Amino acid sequence: MTTTASMVWLIIGCALVTWLPRIIPFMFVRSVKLPDVVLKWLSFIPVCILSALVMENLLDTESKSFVTLDWPVFVTFVPTLIIALVTKSLSITVVAGVIIMAAVRFFM
Amino acid sequence: MTSTTDFHNESTTSTEDSFLQGIKDCVPTLLGYISIGLAFGVVGSASGLSVIEIALLTILVYAGSAQFIFCALLLTSSPASAIIVTIFVVNLRHLLMSLTLAPHFTRYSMLRNVGFGTLLTDETFGVAVTKQMQKGKLHGKWMDGLNITAYLFWILSCVAGAFLGQWVANPEQWGLDFALIAMFVALLVLQLSSVGKNKIMHYLMLIGYMIVIMYGLSYVVPSHLAVLLATVIVATIGVVTDK
Repeated sequence: MTTTASMVWLIIGCALVTWLPRIIPFMFVRSVKLPDVVLKWLSFIPVCILSALVMENLLDTESKSFVTLDWPVFVTFVPTLIIALVTKSLSITVVAGVIIMAAVRFFM
Repeated sequence: MTSTTDFHNESTTSTEDSFLQGIKDCVPTLLGYISIGLAFGVVGSASGLSVIEIALLTILVYAGSAQFIFCALLLTSSPASAIIVTIFVVNLRHLLMSLTLAPHFTRYSMLRNVGFGTLLTDETFGVAVTKQMQKGKLHGKWMDGLNITAYLFWILSCVAGAFLGQWVANPEQWGLDFALIAMFVALLVLQLSSVGKNKIMHYLMLIGYMIVIMYGLSYVVPSHLAVLLATVIVATIGVVTDK
């Protein structure tokens, strides 16, 4: 249960660089009216960022010289996507996804 | 689309927008926080961090991917400057998320806005934009309920993971790492099902671009940078190709 001063400073440094990008838009958007084209651009961000995060997890960039699908994750992703489309439920999708992933890791 | 200039009286807030509803809307994401948090605690202790350091990192940095990368960089004994710069880049996507949500909260005070931003994560962002698409409006109390619940569960899970480290050596074996991906998939589906029929083809085309661009970028930049760049590129394509 110990730490060092340099570790504490390092963590504080990391905290600052993760905090500022989170709060700066919330502070400045209050006083500036964003142009319509920026608002339109921002309206595409949710779908873009969520699909980018899904893709990031489906790709295996490390084990080979070329980028391939991470097969166990992809095999789990397909039924999980179908469950999400059918149920439109966040909790059912998450629980089902975890169970399928555990089964895939067990059998593959 | 946005109702940023509307005068809104908090006392008229219905139960749909209350702090309690925010807590309830956070519940489906908790399995993600708990499993990833436990995994982080385990990885953190395996990387030589003490429980107090894990707690400090969790409370102050509050970002899953950044915390994992922090451990990875510590293990390779990277210099402090390199760790801070990498963490900054890894979490820069929050700038886009914050920019997307901020216009919906301009009627609240500066201090409350700083609060909304401070506790912003991938998950709370996903839940909030989905709520905004479905209801057209976001409320401060609801956002606080969502944010604070997520924050507390994240801290508890990471610290519990730090203690449990010696028993659960491999959280991946239980499929728990997939909780986060499943959540992104579900949030994406919820997003797409609330856009109008006339726009769905446009969005599917953008996802097509996203697949190609993410794949291409994965050869040249680390994946966290690919997420950031691909999002900026594809959102721009979205504006240009929008009719």
